[in-house]
Amino acid sequence: MNLFIETFIGGLLAGTMYSLVAIGFVLIYKASGVFNFAQGSILLFSALTFVTLKESGIPFVVAVGITIGVLIVGAIAIERLLLRPLANRSPMTLFMATLGLSYIVEGLAQGLMGAQVHPLDLGIEDVPIFIGGVLISQFDVVAAITALVLVAILALLFNKTRIGISLRAVADDTRAALSIGINLNRIWQIVWAVAGIVGLVAGMLWGARQGVQFSLSLVVLKALPVLIIGGFTSIGGAIAGGLIVGAAENLAETYIGPFIGGGITPWFAYFLALAFLYVRPAGLFGELAIERV
Amino acid sequence: MTNPAQDNSDHILDVRNISLSFKGVKAISELSFSVARGEICALIGPNGAGKSSLLNILNGVYLPDSGEIVFGGEHFRQIHPLEAARRGIARTFQNNALFKKMSVADNILTGLSRHTRTNLIEQALKLPRARREELDFRERAESLLEFLELQSYRDIVVGNLAYGIQKRVELGRALVSSPTLLLLDEPLAGMNADEKAEMTEFVVSINRDLGVTVVLIEHDIGIVMNLSSHVVVLDYGCKIGDGTPAEIQSNPDVISAYLGTVQQRRADEPVH
Repeated sequence: MNLFIETFIGGLLAGTMYSLVAIGFVLIYKASGVFNFAQGSILLFSALTFVTLKESGIPFVVAVGITIGVLIVGAIAIERLLLRPLANRSPMTLFMATLGLSYIVEGLAQGLMGAQVHPLDLGIEDVPIFIGGVLISQFDVVAAITALVLVAILALLFNKTRIGISLRAVADDTRAALSIGINLNRIWQIVWAVAGIVGLVAGMLWGARQGVQFSLSLVVLKALPVLIIGGFTSIGGAIAGGLIVGAAENLAETYIGPFIGGGITPWFAYFLALAFLYVRPAGLFGELAIERV
Repeated sequence: MTNPAQDNSDHILDVRNISLSFKGVKAISELSFSVARGEICALIGPNGAGKSSLLNILNGVYLPDSGEIVFGGEHFRQIHPLEAARRGIARTFQNNALFKKMSVADNILTGLSRHTRTNLIEQALKLPRARREELDFRERAESLLEFLELQSYRDIVVGNLAYGIQKRVELGRALVSSPTLLLLDEPLAGMNADEKAEMTEFVVSINRDLGVTVVLIEHDIGIVMNLSSHVVVLDYGCKIGDGTPAEIQSNPDVISAYLGTVQQRRADEPVH
């Protein structure tokens, strides 16, 4: 029983890291209807910027501040050069544009800051500790708490501020939002910047675990099943999806793994997502687009 | 830039030779009319006459093929929805376009977007200027809720409200921005007689007490004739009548467009 609880909780905690990545997608998808394939590259870019600054001796907080500044400038540039000229194009066109963007951002990151692996030490020891008789990774606990705090901040931003109300208005009905004088371009800039900051947090945590390197950008592929399970339009869904994927992966590896020779983790999430597509194509919390025809 | 001889200052809006087509199909052709400051102007006409399309041109949702809009002395070949909102053109939509998952109060608050003067940083840090603005917005939203008798719905999520109330909330969201021109696309559609009477009173009060010029689309001819001081009749994208309700009622083109089928029937079956 202890093994089950350990596996389950370990999985949930690891799942919060998936949730963090997925939230970045949901933010942009809700506000602009774009599936942002570049989210992974932006995550890599931000983590790499942060680690490079830190390696050059800049203090932690200052490095985070500068990186956020860079992300804001980047978001404004993306809105001006990519989203604004392509406004009102089909979702596929925009998706292709973000695919191109992901290569540009990735190339820029490696061109400017090199392709070697950077170790990142956030000062959290990655040693397991006993909590109530269950062995749990300390790092996972810190990551989960970080994710929780970030989600709480986002919830405050969306529900308690005027900008948040405008963001929700745009997500709900873009045409109406425009007609009452909400500046759509500004909203896009804000959302892309916020998604970038969420990416930075996720990138720092992932980077601390496996080093800041090119493969970080591939977490985009891991976010996909999370989004399919949780739904593309719900932050709550992204959290639930991440937790489900994390727990299911861990449990499957422990209990099914031995029978089929292990190595389940890389593909089990996709298997789960496929099952969800059969049963609930909009995801747990997603909305099916219903249109009058 | 503007020729004063051409601009009639008691006109708040001039529509000049506007044409619009969708993939070659004419929706509006060479349409011109004027709206006087402070009047209620009704657009009437059969379905597909181009009324909603015209409203969409007026606030920039559609781009006309040719012609121009003169609003408040400024000439526009095309106007962007954001520009229209900032210049004081507010509107409602035919099939409510509210933010369904937000409360009534939040929906009303969004209507004040065009008056935002503080930037994101000021708001995030809750600097005095941003705080004053927030307080001012809350007060304006509150007095609007009172005006439209919506206080009891303040915190209810809009999607859960009855259709008639939703229409009133949408009117509120447009009105809270203190517009100079209010465009209402079928404000009475789908309402029962009581709700219609109530809504009509609100529109009259908005026009008379708040001095807002109103352009509205409505199918209920009885109400249109009582409510408006100016009626423009469209049929197949062309203007077939323009004048006071009394003039419209005696206009032979309008009568044949509206009652044409009846006249034919009379010819077919002369006696009852």
